[in-house]
Amino acid sequence: MKDITFKHHDPDVVLSLWHATKRFGGLTAVGDVSFRVRKGEIYALIGPNGAGKTTIFNLITGVYSLTEGRILFNGTVIAQGENIIKDDMRETEVKPFKKKPYDIMSRGIARTFQNIRLFKSETVYNNVLTACHAEADYNIFQSLWRFKKGPKWLTKYARQEEALRQKTEELLKIMGIWQYRDMVAVNLPYGQQRKLEIARALATDPQLLLLDEPAAGMNPEETMALMQLIREIRDRFDLTVLIIEHHMDLVMNVSDRIFVLNFGKPLAEGTPAEIQSNPDVIEAYLGKEEDADGNA
Amino acid sequence: MSWYYIEGILIQSCYTLLIVLGLSILTGYTGMFSFGHAGFVCIGAYVSVLCTMGFGLPYWLALLIAGLTAMVFGAGLGKITLGLKGDYFCIATLGVGEAIRLIFNNLNLNLNIGGKSFILDGAKGIASIPLHTTFPIALVIVVFFLTATALLMKSKHGRNMLAVREDELAAQMCGINTFRSKMLAMCMSALYAGIAGGMLAHYFGYLQPKMFLMTKSTEYTIMVIFGGMGSITGSVLGTVLLCALPELLRAVGDWRLVFYGLAVIVIMIVRPKGLMGGKEITDLKWFKAIVRLFKGKKKEQQPPPDEGEKPGEEAQA
Repeated sequence: MKDITFKHHDPDVVLSLWHATKRFGGLTAVGDVSFRVRKGEIYALIGPNGAGKTTIFNLITGVYSLTEGRILFNGTVIAQGENIIKDDMRETEVKPFKKKPYDIMSRGIARTFQNIRLFKSETVYNNVLTACHAEADYNIFQSLWRFKKGPKWLTKYARQEEALRQKTEELLKIMGIWQYRDMVAVNLPYGQQRKLEIARALATDPQLLLLDEPAAGMNPEETMALMQLIREIRDRFDLTVLIIEHHMDLVMNVSDRIFVLNFGKPLAEGTPAEIQSNPDVIEAYLGKEEDADGNA
Repeated sequence: MSWYYIEGILIQSCYTLLIVLGLSILTGYTGMFSFGHAGFVCIGAYVSVLCTMGFGLPYWLALLIAGLTAMVFGAGLGKITLGLKGDYFCIATLGVGEAIRLIFNNLNLNLNIGGKSFILDGAKGIASIPLHTTFPIALVIVVFFLTATALLMKSKHGRNMLAVREDELAAQMCGINTFRSKMLAMCMSALYAGIAGGMLAHYFGYLQPKMFLMTKSTEYTIMVIFGGMGSITGSVLGTVLLCALPELLRAVGDWRLVFYGLAVIVIMIVRPKGLMGGKEITDLKWFKAIVRLFKGKKKEQQPPPDEGEKPGEEAQA
């Protein structure tokens, strides 16, 4: 299927959701959510449990199809819902569609999962090596010979595989899990499994990294270290990060802008300072403030 | 025991190994259980016999055509069924495998090819097929495919298959085209089974649809699981042991199948992950030790392992 790309798209915007809606039967998991993530930004999605944060990730990565609205990545439509809601974007006639997950991911998106999904019975090293696959394009027959010297088509495997191994080593060292390389992934300590998942995501050379509760199950010190790490990898790999997180310390410190969801509906958007003082957000998180008489 | 008898067991082990190797790619590496593999073997067997007896083609070409036919069929089947998950795929292959056998069971053909007539008479099958499959030929073919599979599984394509087995969603999220990986596994698996079918037909010298019962399919799957999923060494061990075991137990007559079943159960209890447990022979300590013994001097030149890096230290950080 041919890509639909908007020529007048702002090149600074990596990801944009336009009135994205997802309904499961009668339940609206995500209702009319619109936001733009700019290049190089750390953008946080927050909201109480069941607010539809992970559903948004699944919509972006093509696991679910959109009911309404449209999602663009670098100006290319990656998901399109049934009804096009008229907005400031030029009207284009497109039928609802969804690109295949692997297609979306190979365009430069990578993600981690809320409940860690590693290749469990493989080693740490192989987990990352597997994810590097996109850089090697040798075919089945070329993987049957491993000549180190000779004409190009004979040495393709050896050359590309060497490059993959170097990249894997580099990534594991950056994430500080190189010493665990021969361990089976499922035996890793929890915090290291999270790191491995990020390393695996980075192996696909993404422009946009989606982190789904990366600090879940981590103690405060580990969370602080993770925060530092997220900033580091953002700068190092020139990434844009979209993050879902419950640790408010982490969110307020690390993110440039925050989007708040409540029951699938957008509640607020702004800088951490703006969000912290937003009465709607406080209400959603803490409940209505009561006065001395107990009246809301 | 005469050499003739032993040779027979060895040839049987060879072509069974080829089937199990193919099934190992599909089941052991890609994680898709197939209970219809005898169907592919059946197609390969009949096509190869048609080639040699009907068209008078040389044996090797007949094997190739048999393999490719099975592969094309596998690709078609894959296109329809690979979207199915787990158990559903299993049931689909089971049905197709039986269907293929039943088609050949009811197929009456009387082809006239260049003056020669080629008669296919349903359940009666075909007799007096030329006996081309000798032990050296079978061994060469199986070693070739064994090497090819081992190399392929160490490459990107093999790793992608493993990723599909481990976690299909995570594999997709790494940008792996999981359908393509599954299709590749399916095609290779059918190709191997087809070639093995041709070898089987030219070893027995006769062909009947009831040689490809569903029990055969389950037997191949048992061999894969017995040896350990995702291990080529395991497949070899499992095949050779389970091919030889019924023959060794001939002494106890009809009881041999009981002992066969018992042996499988005992192994699955003692080693739930199969004989090799997903490891290759090159991963084993004693094998590494032997390799080191041969390369004794080379070892000293290697740099010492990274100092101060022990698993567990970082865990608290």
